[in-house]
Amino acid sequence: MFSKKNNTYYICVFFFSLFVLFLYGPTFTIILLSFQGPDGGLTFPLNGISTYWFEELWRGGSVVDIGSAFKRSIILGIIVMILTVVLSVAAGLAFRKKFWGSNVLFFTTVASLIVPSIVLSLGVALQFRLIDDLTKWIGSSLEISWVNDSFQTSLGMYSSGLGAQLTWTLPFGLLIMFAVFNRFDKSYEEAARDLGATPWKTFKEIVLPLIAPSIIGIALFGFTLSYDELARSSQVMGSGNTLPLELRGLTTTVTTPIIYALGTVTTFVSFTVIAISVGFYLFLKRKKGI
Amino acid sequence: MPNLFKIKPSVGLLSLPYSLVFIFFFFIPLVLTFIISFWDYNEYSIIPDLILENYKYIFENCFSFENGMCVTFKTYLSTFMFCLLTWFFTLIIGFFVAYFLAFYVNSLTWQIALFLLCTIPFWTSNVIRMISWIPLLGRNGLVNDFFLSTGLTSAPQEWLLYSGFSVVLAFVHLYTLFMIVPIFNSMMRIDKSIIEAAYDSGANGFQILWNIIIPLCKPGIVIGSIFVITVVMGDFITIGIMGGQQIPSIGKIIYVEMSYLQLPAAAANAVILLLLTLLIIWIMTKMIDIRKEL
Repeated sequence: MFSKKNNTYYICVFFFSLFVLFLYGPTFTIILLSFQGPDGGLTFPLNGISTYWFEELWRGGSVVDIGSAFKRSIILGIIVMILTVVLSVAAGLAFRKKFWGSNVLFFTTVASLIVPSIVLSLGVALQFRLIDDLTKWIGSSLEISWVNDSFQTSLGMYSSGLGAQLTWTLPFGLLIMFAVFNRFDKSYEEAARDLGATPWKTFKEIVLPLIAPSIIGIALFGFTLSYDELARSSQVMGSGNTLPLELRGLTTTVTTPIIYALGTVTTFVSFTVIAISVGFYLFLKRKKGI
Repeated sequence: MPNLFKIKPSVGLLSLPYSLVFIFFFFIPLVLTFIISFWDYNEYSIIPDLILENYKYIFENCFSFENGMCVTFKTYLSTFMFCLLTWFFTLIIGFFVAYFLAFYVNSLTWQIALFLLCTIPFWTSNVIRMISWIPLLGRNGLVNDFFLSTGLTSAPQEWLLYSGFSVVLAFVHLYTLFMIVPIFNSMMRIDKSIIEAAYDSGANGFQILWNIIIPLCKPGIVIGSIFVITVVMGDFITIGIMGGQQIPSIGKIIYVEMSYLQLPAAAANAVILLLLTLLIIWIMTKMIDIRKEL
């Protein structure tokens, strides 16, 4: 039926190749265009080849403070990554047995993936606004001087921003854990338990090494989804913007290839992270021979 | 004396930190949004109240059709159109990509490699993937160059970029993966012997596709559709960037109201958007049990 010699096979191969071209083609055009000479514009033809726009980007020429936005995004990405791994592995372990509220938590997880991001962003922004009002009210009624003198807002990258991003990354983490434990052979840990290992020791020595490759997958989702996250964090980042937020602002104001150079840089970061993760995943898989 | 440390904590407690994140950053925000949608506001602050003005304002003039359709309904209609078109194209493309991967690629290594090839763009920046269409679709872009040089058109085509067309194109570009993954997952569960049996009994390729593969992929199709439709329903970024900030959408209304600090009005719009989204999902999940599909 699915022989490689009939026409359908070749049609499918052709179709798939077209799809891959559709996926990657545009990105490669902007990578190409970012290496233009100083006279380059936003479209073809290429006006010379140079790294002028990268140098311009490095100098911060005409663009908002990209360097610090970049740094903020990386730091936030790493924090989100760590929290995503720890919280979703822990929750994944809990979900192996039914527990009180497990159904509600499962549906919340799915709901969080499909709730419109702008609604969630608005909700979190409202919540932190109320927290601010409450804090100021308590500060003035109890005459707490630091609140009255210096409190501005609780909204910020590491409070509301972090939380909003977690509602997007954690569901991916938990769903990966579900997929892992659905195919997990329990006999290894039962053997360990029979031999007298404590639950912690069983987890550390048996379960963790077995699920390690999947944890790399969760970490990859955690970092990349945070690093590129835009819709949920759009209303809740406070004063310091992350890179995607700056980029979005630049799309309407910048008309030079500097935006392509920036695109090339962030795509390079993403590709590097993906490559490291895949390499690490393969390494762990091979090491365990599973 | 009973040793407190001997009381075995439930494994379920491990989900506590995870649950707390969702209580604090998901449940409470959504409940607050609902409550505040009934509040009053002025230029500086939001005022606790219980009024329906925010909702009334949204549907002002919507039920007297004398002056044609009201702005709200027009916006909803345009958003639904984007949903429908995106859904259609992502479904067709996603289905055939998954079909190729699941049935025509025989080695598991190749399957994983090609699947990864489809997934990698999902881990890169959406904004960059959107603006990467500019050199192709712009007035001086490659597509227009091609049109002009082959004489297909005599002037650069303006509808290619910052239009409904480029919005749908970007959606399909960004979100076809949401279809591929669940449909591929469903296809991988199909017992190949069923297909062989049908083939041996004389079914042709199309009959197998229509009577066996598509019905067995229904759960994957439904899950993928839910993802694609909900993501388009609430979008304001893709429609904003690819529509040249000219095309309205439900998400954009909320966004604009927020930037003017009309928070209760934004909340009312958010509640309606959420209810619409839930309605669509509810209709679709009537067909399957999501939990069995993981």
